[in-house]
Amino acid sequence: MQWHGRSATTSPKSNMTDKIKKASTHPSQNEGLIFEKSSPGKRAFELPPLDVPAADPGKALGAAHRSEGIEGFPEVSEIEVIRHFTRLSTWNYAIDLGMYPLGSCTMKYNPRVNEFVARLDGLATEHPYQPQELSQGCLKILQLLEKCLLEITGMEAVTLQPAAGAQGELTGLLLIRAYHEKNGNPRRKVLIPDSAHGTNPATAVIAGYEVENIKSESHGQIDVDKLRDLVTPDVAALMITNPSTLGIFEERIPEIAEILHAKGALLYMDGANMNALTGITRPGDLGVDVMHLNLHKTFSTPHGGGGPGAGPVAMKKILEPFRPVPILVEKEAGRLALEQIRPDSIGRVKAFSGNFGVLVRALAYILAYGPGVRQATEDAVLNANYIRKHLEGVFDLPYSLPSMHEVVFSDALQKKNGVNTMDIAKRLIDYGFHPYTTAFPLIVPGALMIEPTESESREECDLFVDAMRSIAEEAASNPELVKTAPHTTRVRRLDEVGAARKPILRWKPQASRTEAAD
Amino acid sequence: MAYPANYRYTKEHEWLDLEGDLALIGITDYAQHELGDVVFVELPKVGSKIEAGKTFGTVESVKAVSDIYAPASGEVVEANDVLHSTPEKINTDPHGAGWLIKVRLGNPSDLGGLMDSAAYELYIASESKEASA
Amino acid sequence: MRYLPKSPAERQAMLSAIGAKSIDALFSSIPERYRLQEALKLPGPLSETEVIDFFKARAAENSVGYTSFLGAGVYQHLRSVVTDAIIQRGEFLTSYTPYQAEITQGTLQAIFEFQTLMCQLTGQEVANASMYDGSTATTEAVLMAERLTGRRRILVARSLHPEYRDVLKTYAKNSGLHVEEIPYSANGTLDQKALEAALQDDVAAVVMQSPNFFGVVELLPPLRDAAHSSGALLVTVITEGVSLGLLSPPGEADIVAMEAQSFGLAPSYGGPFAGVIASRDKFVRQMPGRLAGQTTDSEGRRGFVLTLATREQHIRRERATSNICTNQALCALAATVHLTLLGKEGLREMAHQNLSKAKFALAELEKIPGIRRAFDAPFFNEFTVVLPRSVKIVNAYLQREKIIGPFVLGTAYPELTKHALVCVTETTPRAEIERFAAAVRRALEQPL
Repeated sequence: MQWHGRSATTSPKSNMTDKIKKASTHPSQNEGLIFEKSSPGKRAFELPPLDVPAADPGKALGAAHRSEGIEGFPEVSEIEVIRHFTRLSTWNYAIDLGMYPLGSCTMKYNPRVNEFVARLDGLATEHPYQPQELSQGCLKILQLLEKCLLEITGMEAVTLQPAAGAQGELTGLLLIRAYHEKNGNPRRKVLIPDSAHGTNPATAVIAGYEVENIKSESHGQIDVDKLRDLVTPDVAALMITNPSTLGIFEERIPEIAEILHAKGALLYMDGANMNALTGITRPGDLGVDVMHLNLHKTFSTPHGGGGPGAGPVAMKKILEPFRPVPILVEKEAGRLALEQIRPDSIGRVKAFSGNFGVLVRALAYILAYGPGVRQATEDAVLNANYIRKHLEGVFDLPYSLPSMHEVVFSDALQKKNGVNTMDIAKRLIDYGFHPYTTAFPLIVPGALMIEPTESESREECDLFVDAMRSIAEEAASNPELVKTAPHTTRVRRLDEVGAARKPILRWKPQASRTEAAD
Repeated sequence: MAYPANYRYTKEHEWLDLEGDLALIGITDYAQHELGDVVFVELPKVGSKIEAGKTFGTVESVKAVSDIYAPASGEVVEANDVLHSTPEKINTDPHGAGWLIKVRLGNPSDLGGLMDSAAYELYIASESKEASA
Repeated sequence: MRYLPKSPAERQAMLSAIGAKSIDALFSSIPERYRLQEALKLPGPLSETEVIDFFKARAAENSVGYTSFLGAGVYQHLRSVVTDAIIQRGEFLTSYTPYQAEITQGTLQAIFEFQTLMCQLTGQEVANASMYDGSTATTEAVLMAERLTGRRRILVARSLHPEYRDVLKTYAKNSGLHVEEIPYSANGTLDQKALEAALQDDVAAVVMQSPNFFGVVELLPPLRDAAHSSGALLVTVITEGVSLGLLSPPGEADIVAMEAQSFGLAPSYGGPFAGVIASRDKFVRQMPGRLAGQTTDSEGRRGFVLTLATREQHIRRERATSNICTNQALCALAATVHLTLLGKEGLREMAHQNLSKAKFALAELEKIPGIRRAFDAPFFNEFTVVLPRSVKIVNAYLQREKIIGPFVLGTAYPELTKHALVCVTETTPRAEIERFAAAVRRALEQPL
């Protein structure tokens, strides 16, 4: 094993330890905004010459013609474009560089073959309105992905339309609403645990429901006995995350499903934590009626700095008629088609047909694993428990039930010295890691939510554990060092308050600018 | 920070300072502390009516948005517009320069439901205990 | 398995360190009868080569080798290989949402540049870091107008992309919004008289597209005047962003919803794309989607952070302005790189080539007896023609000639029975345009 890190030599102000093994400072290029490099007459991309008579834009467009070029639009050369964005890229942390222990984000390896196949001529080039007989390849990809997701979730129907997890949730709730409406009463309320991610209540409101929060019981699970009283004929559904946002399996989920079903309500599962379940158990078997998946989490499609993703929704047969259009059907002789008209459909949630490029990547991931995908889940749970074992006692563990693919600590022990979870997270950056999720779930004050995923080797897990232990020591012996972290990054802590009070959201020519980044 | 003895307080952490039938209204030191650095305030227009117990605006920090509830009913005669450019006044002087609105009360004598400073201090003491439990 | 960095020995050692007898012990919290006893029935496992072969085989079953004259919201444009060289860098591709600003300045500055470019293109003051696509951006713009005006009636041009109207309908149903259609006039533009008749002080927004679905360029000032006189907002939708290389920016609009696919994103059978909302500074707190803002660090250096996050759902929860979490960051980055490569002159030249080739194609088609142009108004790279016989039948003939013919307007507009929406971009060589026209001529000469 080779360590690349040495004790980092930084400015005399900061007091670095020689325990920082993974990271070291390296030269970070200076780079301003692309507009600041712009100069009239420079060009980066040339078009082939025009091979038809040149139109007169003033004549052709009349009053709508823009006679001048766009003011301030960049004018730079190809080399400047390459250098600009390459330099910018070196300021980013990424999965390709190391672990991202963000809870419930499932930052796993993004396989490169996925990128290659998504870009193939014949896939990247296809127009959604081209004749369906010239799109059978695309449709077969959609069909196979649908089949795989049904097998993985234990559900009976699926839609690949939603563009991301949040849109998948909304689609799921609209399906529930349509189902209840068809039965004569849309109902009024959706029950949501207080540990849920903020998209859950937001989505419920947008779907036209009132939200009723359920407090978790002492182990962080849904309080099933309280639930019995809460499920009235007014309740349309319960939105559950399983494992919960604490990384703990909701053992009584089959009971929860029964309670809801007895009153005609449905069970929605937020599939964000599917990485703990794939190949081990199936939500459909547990009594879940409808769920969304995050292909950019469990199924390895890249986050790309914040998107794109995809949020397919899998469901039981009772919800199938309400699926958003278009709907993939198989006709005679295996011919596939997309149908745009379905009488009971909730309608269209997005133009065209799902984030096809993302769907291709997810299918490539599934095909690479095949039936052996269980191994990924096992490794993910193994890594989380390994880290938990080595950090128990160093950090406070508020809920002691077994962890699955993620573990939630709190900063209670470090708070005594005035060091909180945000400070610890920022110090972790100096050790060469991306922070874990801070301050979520809300039911754990000062939470540290850690999900390593299966993509981390034992070595990386050990480095992470060492880093966290070292920070805990620093929190006790040298709290200021932790509270003023990070020390080794290109920029220090940024003024978020100023950014929100006086937002500057674009570059302006000749505007007074703050000093260029040095 | 002391809680002015002549102010009245709500469970939602608003304060009210009565002079005749005009009331100055703001949020308490406890509230601004919970919110963090205030970045934005949304206030009602002069002339609009506010209703006791209902929201009349919001105070935003970087990480949270809080509704502000009217301690009493009345008509807004003045809004502290300087907060649009210097919202931080709510953090530095929540009981003074950080006031939000001035209201002509519909019923100046009907403030019985509000707490006095002693009761409010007891109230937030028990809230803090619960939060760290 | 090549994606898993553990050897059997390492797994064993880690289990011992935990004190677990086997990996199954770590799943004991799942009731026994719900734990799968057999492996999932999934295809695979495939080696890298086999994965590639599988998708190559699917690609061969699509439309390689055909020349397409389809637009209708998704456009074929030239893309530089430099764009992929940048967005394939692991630091961009495999990075997360920039919540930890100190280690994601690359993403944040790129978003800031994207926001700037979108403002420059649209003539608006502020733009967000992108939404799922143009159709959801349009819906979000309408919801934004509802919040700003407190009104619930929406007037939507019939000439707005049919699928965008469908998406709006889906969301409107659950938001209590009342959506009405405003017809188009004989020349294809929005019917101003019908608009004025429909406008009352309960309208939140007038929503229209330019160039519209028929390819017709709309003039905004009279629409803006009509909307504002009733206190409504003007929402302008743009599906073909390259048009902004030659068209006046929609500065008169209060909110612009744009699809950025034309800026270097492959058609990819309909996604992923990137939508943008651009508007006035004074409306920014009601604007959905992520925003990157400029700020300084504790030592005075310029840096960028996600800002105004309190609009987002994970903080507001029940009071969120939208539930959209993701922004299409990588797509927005691709658009940023693409537009930077094109630059001021390149975008203008690309737009000019589109305009010229479309004009040329129309002229070639108008030489064919029986074909006439519908809608006598300026167009950019799409136009509508009326054929003497069913467009579907003509397209069937064209397909045999390895040409994907124009969009059949009758499928979305039953009143436009023989109308075809032809799109020509800079990617279509002159010879192909001529071949297309010749094939159309022959198709019309076929016996019925």
